Amino acid sequence: MTVGLEHYLTVSALLFGLGLYAVLTRRNAVALLMGVELILNAANLNFVAFARFVDGGVEGHIVAAFVIVLAAAEAAVALAIVLAMFRNFGTVNVDTVNRLKR
Amino acid sequence: MSGDLVFYGFALLTVLSGFFVVASRNVVHAAFSLLFTLFGVAGLYAQLGADFLAVTQTVVYIGGILVLVIFAVMMTRIPRGDAPRRGLDRAVPAAILALLVFALIYMVIVGTRWPERAAGAPEATVAEIGTGLMTTFVFPFEYASLVLLAAMVGAAILIRERAPADDAADADDAAGEGEVRS
Amino acid sequence: MQVMTDLFARIFGDGLSSLGLLVAGGLTMALIMALVMASCAIVFTWAERKVAGFIQSRYGPMRVGRWHGVLQPVADMVKILGKEDIVPRDADKPLFMLAPFVIFVGSLMAWAAIPFAPGFIAADLDLGLFYIFAVSSAATIGILMAGWASNNKWSLYGAARGAAQAVSYEIPLALACIPVVMITGSLNMNDIVIAQQGGIWRWHFLHDPFLFVAFLLYFVASIAEVNRGPFDLPETESELVAGYHTEYTGMRFAFFFLAEYANLFLVSCVATAVFLGGWQPLFGPVFLPGLVFVIKAVLLVLLQMWLRWTLPRLRVDQLMHVCWKVMVPLALVCVLGAGIWMLATGQAG
Repeated sequence: MTVGLEHYLTVSALLFGLGLYAVLTRRNAVALLMGVELILNAANLNFVAFARFVDGGVEGHIVAAFVIVLAAAEAAVALAIVLAMFRNFGTVNVDTVNRLKR
Repeated sequence: MSGDLVFYGFALLTVLSGFFVVASRNVVHAAFSLLFTLFGVAGLYAQLGADFLAVTQTVVYIGGILVLVIFAVMMTRIPRGDAPRRGLDRAVPAAILALLVFALIYMVIVGTRWPERAAGAPEATVAEIGTGLMTTFVFPFEYASLVLLAAMVGAAILIRERAPADDAADADDAAGEGEVRS
Repeated sequence: MQVMTDLFARIFGDGLSSLGLLVAGGLTMALIMALVMASCAIVFTWAERKVAGFIQSRYGPMRVGRWHGVLQPVADMVKILGKEDIVPRDADKPLFMLAPFVIFVGSLMAWAAIPFAPGFIAADLDLGLFYIFAVSSAATIGILMAGWASNNKWSLYGAARGAAQAVSYEIPLALACIPVVMITGSLNMNDIVIAQQGGIWRWHFLHDPFLFVAFLLYFVASIAEVNRGPFDLPETESELVAGYHTEYTGMRFAFFFLAEYANLFLVSCVATAVFLGGWQPLFGPVFLPGLVFVIKAVLLVLLQMWLRWTLPRLRVDQLMHVCWKVMVPLALVCVLGAGIWMLATGQAG
């Protein structure tokens, strides 16, 4: 069986499942963020696969490029928050950081 | 045929290292494992004929985001060694849920008759992407630059420390850490 | 890559499947590039010591080999291969083992898109220039990996500095190349070189004043990108022992060493192709293109060595100051200025 759309979608679904699992179980804020990156990569892979096998154009590529740009913005802000959290609470465990004020 | 083997190689690399990102109890190992996941996805993009995206993925994800993530891991973890073992109370339901979601998506993938075209990969994608960004997608494009600016300023303010004497130097550091390349 | 695959196809006829051809071609190409990298390191270590000696009014190596210690690098190599392979007890073993290879592979992959001569390019990519920046930025991860895995504070300091420096200086480095891309209308390295045909006045660094500034910016940023003096803060021997490769010995250290000198030559090759006309000679028709290319790149490398042994080292805060407050704005001005210049002289399509 030659590699087609379904193969890429399966890889993407696997990545999505792994990312989801990480987001649900991780308590370290940075590790949680890595799970989010896995999910975003899964979505991107879908965009590109559909662009290649169904659409034939580059619109999917452009949308995926936007996702990458927004992921960069998200990572910068999220990691700044994590560092601020570490400075104020001395931990990056998302379960123990449950107060609005020190 | 050789293309198929390359696909399976990259797919295996992506999924295995992705599993390691999720399963490793050592956050530093997880972060470095993400390198291989992102590289594998870049390889899959290249296999799909999306050369521009493959290179962008390498620059932004590996050269930018991953470096930030590793910096954050290193700065927020003083002791070495593994995190305490996670209780199964959370891992088991999460695993079941993740598996169910995967099963659902997989059933959709296999069950749907996709309107596949036998179209080959687009040739030079860069020119088309550039034209697209300047015509159809010009509003999102400009909007993305605004979002990036806002993110940069926000990250710089968040990182800033209270001590007024260090303000100038800190703003510099934050700009360095919070920078994102578009 | 294509060249090699074709060659193998011609030699073996139908004896090899397409996959076999792909693998054989790829492996040969990788081997050739690894050899290029190794010879870079061998030639440049000798040159570096000789340049340093000349600047400091001494001889440098004189013993090994008949003439001016030319065989010194060979002796060094034998010594380094004979060293014991030490992994510190508290090191993070898998990462410690992996780091040199990540750095080496990042550097090796970038060589694929360098056009040494017409048709002599391992991978003639549409995105050549972008690709080179991308894979060399991936090596930053290797630096962080080495610094973390060594479990040594000097290594970690060196790695943090190295990563911050590499991430920061990539921006002016890439921005300085954008005017050239605007003029050429292509990211393909071959196209960029071909656009500079017809003598020194057609080379991009003399195209207009903004491009000349862009070339200088590229040159300064490239020195910082390969972590060499006066920007060698990740390795500052007076503060950090040797930075992120403090704990490495033997073969693993050799990989860092190889990658360092190969990167030095790589940024010079990119500068040659993008700004200095690539294989095009000063004037007249194309003549011995590969040799012309290598001579230009080697001259740039010697210039970098001259700077290293002449200028004092910057402080960390000065380093970041120069990048973010001077070079990035200046590079942006260059991009804008080059665009206006193109409009004014009617070159814009």
